Formats: sequence, structure tokens, C-alpha cells
Amino acid sequence: MGKFGKKNKVSENIPTSALPDIIFMLLFFFMVTTVLRDQEILVEQKIPQATQLQKLQKKTLISYIFIGKPKNTALYGTEPRVQANDALLNTPDIVQWVNQERDLLPESDRGLITISMKADRDVKMGPISDVQTELREADARRILYASTGKVNKD
Amino acid sequence: MARKKNRMSTEVNAGSMADIAFLLLIFFLVTTTIASDKGILNILPPKLDPDNPPPKIDLNERNIYTILLNANDQLLVEGEFRDNPDGLDEDIKAFILNFGAPDEEGAALYNTLPASLKALSAKLPESSDDPGEAVVSIKTDRGTSYDKYLEVFDLAKKAYFDIYAARVNLSTDEYRALTGKNDAEVSLQDKGKEGIPMAISIAEPNKIGGN
Repeated sequence: MGKFGKKNKVSENIPTSALPDIIFMLLFFFMVTTVLRDQEILVEQKIPQATQLQKLQKKTLISYIFIGKPKNTALYGTEPRVQANDALLNTPDIVQWVNQERDLLPESDRGLITISMKADRDVKMGPISDVQTELREADARRILYASTGKVNKD
Repeated sequence: MARKKNRMSTEVNAGSMADIAFLLLIFFLVTTTIASDKGILNILPPKLDPDNPPPKIDLNERNIYTILLNANDQLLVEGEFRDNPDGLDEDIKAFILNFGAPDEEGAALYNTLPASLKALSAKLPESSDDPGEAVVSIKTDRGTSYDKYLEVFDLAKKAYFDIYAARVNLSTDEYRALTGKNDAEVSLQDKGKEGIPMAISIAEPNKIGGN
């Protein structure tokens, strides 16, 4: 710089030493004020492990349903509940929810709707099979038991 | 730029850009969750129509591989108690590929199998007739834990995927990774499945140990 700066009367540099602080302030501002549009999971989710995982080609076809013990046991009790979107559902409402989800898909894909069941590993088969019965009722028969990969024992 | 009579510098110090990027990165790392959309695919049977009950198909008992899981997560496989599900996938494979009394199609299918799968065929009269007939049935109680059920279901799936993969000379993981996004993958998938339908039946749970 000094090479070219022949007639500099004013200093060229903007002081940037305070920039990190400014960014920090911005960061904290956003951290405090924003809420990400991410579903708040109201039920416990300890996803079971499995080995035979498959990935679906089209993510848009997947709708998520969460099953587990409510986190807020004072409000919702300790029995496993079903959550879809942002609210807890009663089992009979699942059909309606599936139909809503299906209506969001393009018409050609409606038959291929896949329900990803994110069930807590401590849930018993009773609630699971109730949900499955409802899904059959709603004719959403492709389900994906969400699970995480397991390292082979051998 | 260099030779003009700059009074003010036109550059903004970019030295801290890296820090800014790092901060943003950490911010997103902390606040977002990675959506995992992996899982075990299962196709449920169609809903029961009371006016139009499904045709009753008589299957010989030998063609059904019954796996019972009770409310204490204990396993009863083909009438025998099992301590743990280890090795269940191998037993299911042996059951599917038994070829006890294959019909013409079954015999033709047998001839197309690679040697590694032929070796599994014990041709026992009390096990399945041929892969087209064989059904793996998993029945649980309402009190069975989901974790255990998924473990067993996983093994049943593994048995089938192992067979499919062996038929197309892939490893099981490679076969499962096929998504059918192009014709080559679809043909591989079909070749693996051909004649051996994945027949895993999930029975309605018993009302024991749950509500």
C-alpha cells in the first residue's frame, strides 16, 4: 500500500478490530430471537438401531409421525402418544392427518406416500400396531421404521 | 486502481471473514438437526373390507416360519425357545431356500441360483416347499417392545436381502443401496427378487402385556 499511497492525507484503513464483536453481537441476537421452523418434538425419541436400512429416493413422499412417551408428562401423561406435525394426535385422527399430508403431494405421487415412523425404542407394540391399523385404514401402506445404523457385531 | 489518486482505500479488510463464516457454521450446526430418513421399509397389507374379506389361502404349516415374540421379549421360533435372535437370519435363509417339494417353477428357480445359495438348500420335507410359497410370520404381543420387534424384523429383512444380493453378485449393503434411480439398478433389483417374493407377515398382536 505504502508504495502507491503518494498523496494520502487520510488513513486508508477502516478499523476492523471491532468486527468480530459486531458479528458476535449479531450471532447472539439471532440465537436469542429466532426459532427455526423445525418441529418441536413433544415425545421422547430414542430411535432404535437396525442394520437393514434403506433410503428412499424421493424425500418429498415421506411424512413423519413420532411415537413415544410425552416429554411433558405432567400435561400429557406417561402413556406413549403419537405426534404428527406440531401436535399430539389421538389415534383415530391419524386417518385425517394422512389425508391432509397426501393432499399436499402432487396427484401422481399420492399412492406412494410413505410414513416414516419415528418410534421410541421403549414403546410397546400395542400403540405401534394401533397406528399401523389406522394407516391401513387411511391406505397409506408404505411405512418406514426410522432407525439408525448399527455396527455389525461380527 | 493502483495508480489513481486514491484518497480512501476501497478495500474492506477481509481478514475476519473466516471467523464470520465459522460463526455462521457453528450457528447452523447447533441449531439444525440433520433429518435422517433412513429406515426399514415395510408395506402394510391393505385394509380389511368387511363386505369383501380376503380370499382364505390355505398354506401348509411347513411353509410358514413362525416367529413369536411375547410380552417379555422372549422368542419362540418354529415352536422352539430361543435365548437371543442371533443367527436367526441364517435360519430364515435356510428356511426360504429349503426347496422341500418345489413345483416346476421352483425347480427352474433352483437351477438359476448361485452355488452359495444352493448349498443352503437342505430339501427337508418338514420345511418350506419353495421360496414362492415360503412365508415368514412375525407375531408379537401388545406388550412386546418395539426395539425387539424391529430387531427381529430387521433379521428377516436381512435374510431376504442376503439372498437377493447373492443372486446378483453384490454384497448385501450394495444391494440395499440400490434405489432404482436408473434402469440398470432396477434390473439388478428385479433380478435379485425374481421368483422370491419378500413375504414377511406381521400378525395382529395378542392383547397381552399392553393396552
